[in-house]
Amino acid sequence: MLDSLDKKIISALQGDFPLTEEPYRALADSLQISEDELLKRLQKYKSNGQMRKLGAVLKHREVGYAANALCAWTVPDERQEEIGKIMIDHPAVTHCYGRHAPPDWPYNFYTMIHAHNREACCAIAAELAQNTRIPECIMLFSTKEWKKTSMRYFQEEEEN
Amino acid sequence: MLTSFDKALLNIVQTDLPLAQRPFAELAARLDTEEAIVLERLRYLKDNDYIRRIGPFFDSNKLGYTGTLVAVKVEPEKLADVARFINDYPGVTHNYEREGEFNLWFALLTPDLGLQEQILASIRERQGVQKMLNLPATKKYKVSVQFKLE
Repeated sequence: MLDSLDKKIISALQGDFPLTEEPYRALADSLQISEDELLKRLQKYKSNGQMRKLGAVLKHREVGYAANALCAWTVPDERQEEIGKIMIDHPAVTHCYGRHAPPDWPYNFYTMIHAHNREACCAIAAELAQNTRIPECIMLFSTKEWKKTSMRYFQEEEEN
Repeated sequence: MLTSFDKALLNIVQTDLPLAQRPFAELAARLDTEEAIVLERLRYLKDNDYIRRIGPFFDSNKLGYTGTLVAVKVEPEKLADVARFINDYPGVTHNYEREGEFNLWFALLTPDLGLQEQILASIRERQGVQKMLNLPATKKYKVSVQFKLE
């Protein structure tokens, strides 16, 4: 369970990470806790999986991955686990989810593919279809990014 | 343009920022350079928009949040208005215009399901929204947004 200090820490760490020699000390100072306490808590979030990554997220277009497609597949329930394993092995697949599909919508499995261009995305999707032996997906290419941001957790706690 | 040093730095810093008093000195040691150079290049890469964010990324479910993916079919002339209306919710983390019948796809995180339902109901009522699909996850297999730069 998260205590109120955890929530305060998580909320504060959604902001800019200090690019200074001792960033954790700066963050700890602003939270009025010791650096040691902060590092211990971060280590805990890492080992219990609450923190899935500590590092940088890039702007994919700026680093050359200009195309992204959300691929929607129809996967029989009994093959989801098996197919999930095959899909996530592919480095171009950044997100992979089984999803509840409403009655008039046949797609219950979603993979996000990032690649340098549209053709490369299509080639990867074809490869995934072949590897999993399921019919090809519909490919929903993005045409405009309206918003992409990191979630700011526990903002309400911070305001109190 | 990214130098080969920048690419090596980005490949490491995407996966592994050390939890240590001097994390950038540790990165520098791995890259056989100085701490000051790592910091200077990271500031450059952040200021020039190669890096979206540095820091911890949390598993929203494990923090108790509820997430979903929603597809919306919007009248083309109302698309910008609806997209901005959706963007205004702080729990909307991604909102993309996409090809296909459902032309707007967004991801929503809320502290509970009640708030999610309330937000989806408001969006459904927005002028221009013709259809909506709520696609909550049944199982997460992977979230790992890392780009290998060569």
